[in-house]
Amino acid sequence: MNRNVIISFGLHTLFVIITAMSLPFLSKKPIDLPPIISVELIQITDKTNIPFAPKAKKIIEKVKEKEKKLVSEQAPPKKIKKQKPDAVPLPDEKIEKIKKIKDEKQNPEKVETEIKQISEFEKKELFDTNNIAALIDKSKMESAETNKKIDKVSQNQDKEMDYGGLTLSEEDALKAQIFGCWSIPLGLPFNENLLVRIKLQLKPDGSIIRTEILDHARMNRPGQAFYKVLAESALRAIKLCQPLRVPSTGYERWKDMQLNFDAREMLEG
Amino acid sequence: MLFRYLLILLVLLPIKAFALIEVDITRGNLNPLPVAVSPLAIDKSSKENFKKILKKENLGSEISMIVENNLKQSGLFNPLNKDAFLQEPDIANLKPRFEDWNLIKAQALVTGKVTFVDEKLRVEFRLWDVLAGKEMMALAFTTVPSNWRRVGHIITDKVYERLTGEKGYFDTRIIYISEKGPKTNRIKKLAIMDQDGFNNKYLTLGNELVLTPRFSPTNQMVTYLSYFKNLPRVYLLDIETGMQEVVGDFPGMTFAPRFSPDGKKIIMSFAKDGNSDIYTMDLENRIVERISNHPSIDTSPSYSPDGKYITFNSDRSGYQQIYIMKSNGKNVKRISFGNGLYGTPVWSPRGDLIAFTKLHKGKFYIGVMRTDGTGERLLTENYYQEAPSWSPNGRVLIFYRETKTNAKGEGFSAKLWSIDLTGYNEKMVETETDASDPSWSSLLSN
Repeated sequence: MNRNVIISFGLHTLFVIITAMSLPFLSKKPIDLPPIISVELIQITDKTNIPFAPKAKKIIEKVKEKEKKLVSEQAPPKKIKKQKPDAVPLPDEKIEKIKKIKDEKQNPEKVETEIKQISEFEKKELFDTNNIAALIDKSKMESAETNKKIDKVSQNQDKEMDYGGLTLSEEDALKAQIFGCWSIPLGLPFNENLLVRIKLQLKPDGSIIRTEILDHARMNRPGQAFYKVLAESALRAIKLCQPLRVPSTGYERWKDMQLNFDAREMLEG
Repeated sequence: MLFRYLLILLVLLPIKAFALIEVDITRGNLNPLPVAVSPLAIDKSSKENFKKILKKENLGSEISMIVENNLKQSGLFNPLNKDAFLQEPDIANLKPRFEDWNLIKAQALVTGKVTFVDEKLRVEFRLWDVLAGKEMMALAFTTVPSNWRRVGHIITDKVYERLTGEKGYFDTRIIYISEKGPKTNRIKKLAIMDQDGFNNKYLTLGNELVLTPRFSPTNQMVTYLSYFKNLPRVYLLDIETGMQEVVGDFPGMTFAPRFSPDGKKIIMSFAKDGNSDIYTMDLENRIVERISNHPSIDTSPSYSPDGKYITFNSDRSGYQQIYIMKSNGKNVKRISFGNGLYGTPVWSPRGDLIAFTKLHKGKFYIGVMRTDGTGERLLTENYYQEAPSWSPNGRVLIFYRETKTNAKGEGFSAKLWSIDLTGYNEKMVETETDASDPSWSSLLSN
């Protein structure tokens, strides 16, 4: 009996382990962490204190000279011709120069390794015309990949937005449009509640199908005559503005919308 | 069992819940509202009749011009050029083609008809919401033909009220001091005119010096100060009947008498026993009551519209500032704390603001502040200007401004100016002569 129980327990345990190992949904996918982008914090000053690279410095100086010569009327055209790209020292020459200087001062072995490292780094940065085509091709591929990534993200975001409200920029665009259309009646008593809520039904192009003043009953209350004036001004603004600046996608989420017109802020100044 | 399945199904079904998007609109523009004022339609026989009586070629156009000018002067409306109108006045009055009016960007449209009925002038007008395509208001007035200008003002008041939410101020009059002659020997007469400068009339002959006329807030009564045998005397004048009576002699009077909001009292300041204080006089029993009692100089009292408070200026702090107190003279509180001297405080008919004149670094300003002294705003600055008076709706101030004389003593002038609360719509009010000390009446049609 005990033996059978042990065998059964053992087999069951084995079965559970196998199931747990083999079922795909139980195995958690490794978290796809985006690559870490290191950001160097630097102190912003009026003038840069980073010395120019010797090569770059020379190029800048030559460009400056070129500009000067081009500006100067007296400069002979021949001299401009002399400013050839050959004048830019080749990296090997430059490294040799550095090597010589370093040789004089410091331990040759250490310096050699350092310089080698520098030169390799600089070589990579050198602009090789023969590789332009390859670079362009590579950049094309990279941009295509990033585009794909962006597309995926935007589609997902769009799906999420279908269930949410307007984005800040969409809301701002709509607000800015209506601000321009709404002529606020200046005679309203600003110590009263000056909020008019209007429910809209919109067409996909932003034009109005139907408007409804939500606090309609307030118009007929005694002492609330100003509310009618305010509500009418808000309706005029909507009609004047139509078609409203609504997003081009996600019609379902904004086909019904509520605009809350509040004049108090403007009238209190 | 079926219930269980349904329950599971309900849980599993994705529920698409859309929350209603709400957008808060807290800003708008304060640009003048584009309005089309169509000439009022008039039939041929009515046109001929009015031409005989009033010497006006087309009374319909004349009345619409009054409406248009009033709306333009208010600064809140932009009446559109009539040349752009596509629809004839008679058809527009029956049923406007809103597309046509929409095309010229009109948001509101005024149409109407003028007829001559039983020796009387009948004017009907309609206000249309062009964007909504519906009628907002329709009214008709019948009056004697000579009242045609007033009809124009009343129409403007109705349009203004319907579109802005506050009462208009167009069917009103302004009483002022007409001034003529050299600065050293000015002839001052009491004069009255419509708020747009028309129908000017002189109420006194100019033999005696008249000063500071003030309208009653309830009716067409005016109180003013006149010097009789070099003694200041307070008069009451009924504009409608022309009846005038003396309220009393007040030697040592320093500033304008003003009505209480119910029109039953006059509040003024005068010097008694060498001390200038504020007093009221009951117009029925002529009992004079002392309100303020302070060794300093208290002048320029003005009631709040509910009659519970009085604003005045006093130098009790060392230099002239604005104070408020209860109408029984208690709870005196200083409200102006800015640099310079403050004077002539006037409580707005809306009750929310106090207008004043301020003198600072040799310049005169007309400004407003809240009744607790906060929110001081200077609306206009000039070499010399003072005595602001509110329009009955508390939106516009009228005051007078004097220009500087040159070395030869020439170039002096005094004119009436108006400015609204925004401080932008500043305009000179045309008068036949030089003018000072204006006071705005309440609405005549009330």
